[in-house]
Amino acid sequence: MMSPASSLAHSGQSTDNIMHWVLLATLPGGLALTWQFGWGVPLNVLLCSLCALACEAMALRLRGRPVGFHLRDCSALVTAVFLGLALPPLVPWWLVAIACSCSIIIAKQLYGGLGNNPCNPAMVGYATVLLCFPEEMSRWLTPQALLPEDLYQPGLWQSIHLVIGGGDLIDGITGATPLEVLKHKTGLMIEQVYASEPVFYRASWAGAGWEWVNLGFLAGGLLLLRKGIFSWHAPLMMLVSLSLMALFYWDAGSSASHGSPLFHLFSGASMMGAFFILTDPVSSATSIRGKLIYGAMIGVLVFTIRSWGDYPDALAFAILLANFAAPTIDRYAAPRAFGHSAQRNGVPPKEDQ
Amino acid sequence: MSRIWETPGGIHPPANKRQSLSLPIDYPELPERLVVPLDQHGGRPCRACVEVGQQVLKGELIGVVDGPLGAAVHAPSSGTVTAIEPRPAGHLSGRPARCIEIAIDGLERWTSRQRVADYCQMSAPQLVDRIAQSGIAGLGGGGFPTATKLTTSGHPPIATLIVNATECEPYVTADESLMRERADEIIQGIDILAHIHGNRARMVIGIEQSKPEALAALRTACAKSAVEIVEIPRKYPSGGERQLIYALTGKQLPSGEIPANIGVLCINVATVYAIKRAVIDGEPLISRVVTVTGGACATQRNYQALIGTPIKHLLRHSGVNNNRLNQLIMGGSISGFKLPSDEVPVVKTSYCILAPDIDEFAPAPPERACIRCGRCAEVCPASLLPQQLLWHAKAANHQQLEEHNLFDCIECGACSYVCPSHIPLVDYYRAGKVHLDAARQVKSNAAQARQRFEFHQLRLARLEREQSLRRAARRSAAVPSNAPRAPVARLSSADIIADAQNRAASKQPTVEQTLDKLQRNISMLQNRLELAEQRLVAASDDTLNKQNSLRAAVEGARQKLQRAEQRLTEQAHG
Ligand code: SF4
Ligand code: SF4
Repeated sequence: MMSPASSLAHSGQSTDNIMHWVLLATLPGGLALTWQFGWGVPLNVLLCSLCALACEAMALRLRGRPVGFHLRDCSALVTAVFLGLALPPLVPWWLVAIACSCSIIIAKQLYGGLGNNPCNPAMVGYATVLLCFPEEMSRWLTPQALLPEDLYQPGLWQSIHLVIGGGDLIDGITGATPLEVLKHKTGLMIEQVYASEPVFYRASWAGAGWEWVNLGFLAGGLLLLRKGIFSWHAPLMMLVSLSLMALFYWDAGSSASHGSPLFHLFSGASMMGAFFILTDPVSSATSIRGKLIYGAMIGVLVFTIRSWGDYPDALAFAILLANFAAPTIDRYAAPRAFGHSAQRNGVPPKEDQ
Repeated sequence: MSRIWETPGGIHPPANKRQSLSLPIDYPELPERLVVPLDQHGGRPCRACVEVGQQVLKGELIGVVDGPLGAAVHAPSSGTVTAIEPRPAGHLSGRPARCIEIAIDGLERWTSRQRVADYCQMSAPQLVDRIAQSGIAGLGGGGFPTATKLTTSGHPPIATLIVNATECEPYVTADESLMRERADEIIQGIDILAHIHGNRARMVIGIEQSKPEALAALRTACAKSAVEIVEIPRKYPSGGERQLIYALTGKQLPSGEIPANIGVLCINVATVYAIKRAVIDGEPLISRVVTVTGGACATQRNYQALIGTPIKHLLRHSGVNNNRLNQLIMGGSISGFKLPSDEVPVVKTSYCILAPDIDEFAPAPPERACIRCGRCAEVCPASLLPQQLLWHAKAANHQQLEEHNLFDCIECGACSYVCPSHIPLVDYYRAGKVHLDAARQVKSNAAQARQRFEFHQLRLARLEREQSLRRAARRSAAVPSNAPRAPVARLSSADIIADAQNRAASKQPTVEQTLDKLQRNISMLQNRLELAEQRLVAASDDTLNKQNSLRAAVEGARQKLQRAEQRLTEQAHG
């Protein structure tokens, strides 16, 4: 009946292409992580990727979808890489497998696959294992920048061995992250903490090791922004609201302070979250105003949970909460359609009779 | 310098206009046959007023307007009518349309043309009437009858007269070449329009910056007139009616309203040219400038083509290499649609025929899932949320589609153009609109049925009440039960039959009653027809599709009316 022609001319940008760029842009952050935390990081990514592709293929097969076609969109790989970078290095393989299958099977495919998942799959997987295996999940390695001269992160073979489940980590190689340190400063002034903790006094501007990781993700994010892969609205708003919150509770570095804005911006998963997780289009708000609100909301939540919650870095929780809110945000933040006097998108008209 | 308001959204696809602009407008040789559709405009299709075998002269009326809205059809050249029948038409719906086929004698014998030396002597209604007689309909693609658009009654006086010369669609250069070569006549056309509206309106030509030659030609032509030329930045779709009005006046046309309601008249530049030809030269609309372009053509250029020229003829003229031809498109590369065949004729609304080479457009990769990236919303000139519309269109959620303003979508295709998942969004919206219209129809039918049912129930209740009253009355009048019953009269069978016949006769309505009922029926149907036509007029600026469905509604009402009238005459005579 209808003669479709709307696909004749096209801007040339494709979803596959977007995913490739995103994968590429994780490189600086990923390399920084590897430099600071050793082989555990690439091992995580590799394990996650294999597991994610297997889960995705299986789920697609069960759902009767063309497997090759959907695997080629690389969305599973993107989820896997995010998850691999977010998990602490050298966690046991089964933990990675659980996180990954939760991401792909439960958070994504059970909801109908790419485009239909209400929550960011990587964060669902991460949050699941964080809740179920808090001990493994809080065991971060000491960044290379803080290791004594004669100590190195485990080598490749040793790392594989550790991941498969043989042996324990050498003492002194695990340590608290800057966020943890600051969280448990027990009444010290910020200055005192900075003077007594190597993770701070040996750092250049935020927390030793972590500052570089965040810088890497920032660089990747800026690349994607430049490429027009996503818009600046959500990430910028998140970083701004996080900084504002930190500024507000900075309290001149007193014992009640929760750390400086700079510290918060360059600690934990701030930059990775802002540029790689927040910008996942599927689970975020979709209108411009919606994105602004969504980003701001996550910034506030991240700071709140970091400062007063039980988890030193709860980007995953902040994002999941905002994911739930996204449809509602979209409903009320939709633009006013051209030629309408009031915004009406999806909002039922007021009864005026 | 006039201020320009920035419209939301928009895209910047490659213009691809240079190819067809290197040569001037050409007059192709006459085809052997012309196929002139009777439906080339908003409103009801015309009624053929010639017969098969009849000789017609160039410019002779062959299709008369049938109803309040329509544009007359004239013979584009002299010859003999050889058929009046449905033929494939270059319509988005792909439905065949009734056409008049004319075998051309090649003599180009004109009917008498009345030229007008000084149109200023004519009154506005006279001019509008002349435009109506000339069968002019919006040449920019809308096809709305121009005379109806020009009526000066029923809306506030026109304060701004906008000539749409943006031609923002890639590949299309019909208007641009017209402006380059015939700028004087265009300005004359604008003066005529200004005269119709009492010479009070601000006259603006809205033209994209990307047309320097056309701009220069217009500037020279209007050096001495009050016509303003406003350059607007290149952006697709700057030429959408609502978009252009906003860009030039800063007024957002309220959803569902026509420009005249806010004192604006917006007319395409080719239509203005046709108005000049009609009023001053006495030529009805029998030809138009068509761009024939695309990599499969040996020569890409504009033709002054007779209405009804089979596209095949123009393609042959342009040396189309059928082995390299990708597909035939009516319109530009973004909002055009695929043609079912090359047999379809040029009509008043065909501004471009695109015959791209196989390598010119990458074949569309398969559609992927929407990743809600929001690119579509960023470029939507109507500030809609195409991704949400897609979601609701797939789910056939009519309420949400309405609440997300599906009917404000101008089907520009900007969203499909940027969608990284290659989703043919516009196709979903077109289909969605059709469904939504159908659903509205069902709803109103259901409402009517419910009304009828309730009415029926009321009547039953009333009958019941009356009966019980009567029964009660009878009972009180009846003799006491112990009194001997009156003997039951024994009726003969003849009596019974007569009685039954009587009863039947009393039930059957008299001829007068029938006539009365039919009359009432007819007046009701007339009302409905009028309403439908009004809606169609109001929808002039809407998409072709909505117009089509409205047109269908008008057509339905008209047919019902016809049937009722037929029955009435039968009754009256029978
Ligand atoms: S551009 Fe395409 S993929 Fe992106 S939100 Fe719109 S419809 Fe979805
Ligand atoms: S086709 Fe409709 S929804 Fe898409 S960009 Fe144009 S107006 Fe917006």
